[in-house]
Amino acid sequence: MADNAGFGLYVHWPFCQAKCPYCDFNSHVVSSIDQTRWKSAYLTELARVRDESGSRVLNSIFFGGGTPSLMSADTVADIISTARGLWTPANDMEITLEANPTSVEAGRFRAYSEGGVNRVSIGIQSLREADLKALGRLHTVKEARDAFEIARNTFPRVSFDLIYARQNQTLDDWKAELSEALNMAVDHLSLYQLTVEPGTAFGDRHAVNRLPGLPTDDLSADMFSLTHDITEDFGLPAYEISNHAKPGAASIHNLIYWRSGDWVSIGPGAHGRLTLDGKRIETTCFSAPGQWLSSVEKTASGYEDRQTISPEGARTEAIMMGLRLTEGVPAEMLTGTRVEHLINDNLLEIRSERIRTTPKGRPLLNAILRELLA
Amino acid sequence: MTDLTHIRNFSIVAHIDHGKSTLADRLIQSTGTVKDRDMQAQLLDSMDIERERGITIKANTVRIEYPAKDGETYILNLIDTPGHVDFAYEVSRSMQAVEGSLLVVDASQGVEAQTLANVYQAIDADHEIVPVLNKIDLPAADVDRVAEQIEDVIGIDATDAVQISAKTGIGIPDVLEAIVTRLPSPKGDITAPLKAMLVDSWYDAYLGVVVMIRVIDGTIKKGDQILMMQTNAKYKIDKLAVLKPQMVDIPELGPGEIGILTASIKQVRDTRVGDTITHERKQTAQALPGFKPAQPVVFCGLFPVDNAQFEDLREAIDKLALNDASFSFEMETSAALGFGFRCGFLGLLHLEVIRDRIEREYDIDLITTAPSVIYNVYMRDGSTLELHNPADMPDMTHVDHIEEPRIKATILVPDEYLGDVLKLCQDRRGIQVDLTYAGSRAMAVYDLPLNEVVFDFYDRLKSVTKGYASFDYQMTGYREDFLVKMQILVNDEPVDALSMMVHRDRADMRGRAMCEKLKDLIPRHMFKIPIQAAIGGRVIARETLSALRKDVTAKCYGGDASRKRKLLDKQKAGKKKMRQFGKVEIPQEAFINALKMDG
Repeated sequence: MADNAGFGLYVHWPFCQAKCPYCDFNSHVVSSIDQTRWKSAYLTELARVRDESGSRVLNSIFFGGGTPSLMSADTVADIISTARGLWTPANDMEITLEANPTSVEAGRFRAYSEGGVNRVSIGIQSLREADLKALGRLHTVKEARDAFEIARNTFPRVSFDLIYARQNQTLDDWKAELSEALNMAVDHLSLYQLTVEPGTAFGDRHAVNRLPGLPTDDLSADMFSLTHDITEDFGLPAYEISNHAKPGAASIHNLIYWRSGDWVSIGPGAHGRLTLDGKRIETTCFSAPGQWLSSVEKTASGYEDRQTISPEGARTEAIMMGLRLTEGVPAEMLTGTRVEHLINDNLLEIRSERIRTTPKGRPLLNAILRELLA
Repeated sequence: MTDLTHIRNFSIVAHIDHGKSTLADRLIQSTGTVKDRDMQAQLLDSMDIERERGITIKANTVRIEYPAKDGETYILNLIDTPGHVDFAYEVSRSMQAVEGSLLVVDASQGVEAQTLANVYQAIDADHEIVPVLNKIDLPAADVDRVAEQIEDVIGIDATDAVQISAKTGIGIPDVLEAIVTRLPSPKGDITAPLKAMLVDSWYDAYLGVVVMIRVIDGTIKKGDQILMMQTNAKYKIDKLAVLKPQMVDIPELGPGEIGILTASIKQVRDTRVGDTITHERKQTAQALPGFKPAQPVVFCGLFPVDNAQFEDLREAIDKLALNDASFSFEMETSAALGFGFRCGFLGLLHLEVIRDRIEREYDIDLITTAPSVIYNVYMRDGSTLELHNPADMPDMTHVDHIEEPRIKATILVPDEYLGDVLKLCQDRRGIQVDLTYAGSRAMAVYDLPLNEVVFDFYDRLKSVTKGYASFDYQMTGYREDFLVKMQILVNDEPVDALSMMVHRDRADMRGRAMCEKLKDLIPRHMFKIPIQAAIGGRVIARETLSALRKDVTAKCYGGDASRKRKLLDKQKAGKKKMRQFGKVEIPQEAFINALKMDG
């Protein structure tokens, strides 16, 4: 949408060693993967989406999943170098790879770095042994800390994820764990409240009341504001609902999403957005890995769907994504909505012609969006 | 034209589920009136809602030709009467149109309150009554006990009761013979001026208004000029037919016969059940007795959830009213709900049927306001006011006193639930009139205010008795009581759709219950919402709906945008089912559910 919002490439690797019980992402556990076939499919797709996007300055590449730290370093390096050749790489191009903190994966960090990855985002999820088990993670706290050390000595930029508002977690428990995390953190942290999604193992258990000890609404609200207060005091303020960074250390790639920039996507189930001739285009790849692979091999395209989003839909998306950011959205974007009384109720505020959520409004963003857009 | 001695006109009296419709189907089928392959279960109950609820709303009729054992062929006219108290007047007219009744009682269940009410109407109409014990094939059937109960409770001889199973067909020939041999033939004078009763009328998409008649005296032919004596309207008969149950044209109908006519009548509203039809030129001297105009007793507002559908609602109501003279309506505006209609109904079932039909057949989501009865408000200046809508309640300082309608309710219930039933009646301000036993069943008769029954009494009764109680009522008149208007305020704004008239002694309890209910029914908002019940300026109950504190999606990246956008679009559609009161959104179903009482 906005030209200055940047342009990125998203690469989806759909495989994991195990499916986490809370995860509703497009991830699959398989016994063996033909890395060569997959690499060639990704490279085929790269050339095609380059034709679609035209020449652009490429600000970011993001390897997400699934568990992209299960990709062979060779595949990652080839995708990066091909992309560098197809688009014009920005001087500060961010190349992120999501990784799990097991010793096996940490062993590949060096090779990823040599292939061009300059930022990793590590799925630590918890610094408590029992909680890692409950979350179905395959690593221990020690392994996670070790992997994190290797990563920070290998990559210029390192972030990690934690999940909070877990079963039986108290406010004090979280406060202590968050302090430990902040002491580890380099310049970026993602802190997600546990969300029980339908269709996941947690969702099934929750439906039959077999997921006890989840926080009440009040406790999760308290945890949310505590998180925002503590991170801010520590110098890692929230720049988005669940993302915290030192000034200037925000994820370039994710900002493209929240600022409604353009991005091309390759890999099973990946979604892209392109602004072409003033129209906002939504692209969707086949989500089943086998289907995507054979579609790419047979038709030279992994797209299941490609549609124009109406200007109204594009505006909805821009507001919905933009208000997640602490910087908010340009005020004129909300003209004609019921923004006035949300401002009067101290849920939104205007600062230098941008409208953003207040600390009171931030944890109520969905309700605010319903008020504005539904 | 059939000779009087070869005609038998009858109705079937039964409780819901005791097999009235199945028996009717069997009679039709076994006489070959309808071919087996055209037979659809429960042929006479035609409307979807009638089938679903297992009740008959409009009278239906069928003419059966039956070759009896005496070698003669008889014409049997069955009028299937409405089976619900809301339609008591219609039932009484149908009863007047026939000479006998089959009293069908489920041999495994026994006599129910509704059976009683209808059988008394049959007795009032001087019917010969043939008891029929149905479902004798069920293991739980107890023929002797039920026959005894019929004699004890109803006071008719059940020694010759016909024993049948309508489901399997056992005993059906005996029923047909009993109709011919035990029911009287109609009386009438073929030479007298035409006198026919308007039994029922309905709208047919092809024929327009169809009128069902029973000829008493004289004859009626296609092309005749007729006069409806109550409305004084004149028509020329376009079509004369009998129902088998499909229409078959007939040149002429004579005394004792039942048929239908069409006469370019514009709307069903132009016809009056119970009216007398005669020839315009040669009129009968005296109209039939017992005519009563339809009188709505329950009123409520119907508003479209989506204001934009007001015109659709008007059209739907206009169309339904064409076919239902007993349903009244006028436009109403509400500060909170916008434009809608204040509608009058014969009773709660009638209300529900009309509401369901609007929602289903016309696809309009409705908000139904608190049902109200008609109160007589006596003002200090000597004037009186008929109050249909609590919103119109004058300032109490100008009111001298208020009278409310009362009913006589008859409840039949197995012993073990009697305590709960008495408590329910007591809680609803009932006064016990009678309490008697028939076997292991008790019959409680209560004098109750209609406004306590109007909403969910029947649901509560079914629930406290696990469905074993049966209930019937009739209006008895008006009585003064200490009634007040209770308002509900949501976020300090009065919600007029929830205003109601209530007895002062019950107001605190009802107010509390409503506030608690609404607290559960209104979703949390981003601010706290006080919910109050008030009489005049005085708050009698209060709840606070706490503010929503957290509702935010933890993860939302590029791949989530489409799904989240579509979710917002869906919520936009859901929002159309909410109504905005000041800053508060109230879901449609909250209006009706808030009124339901748990005790």
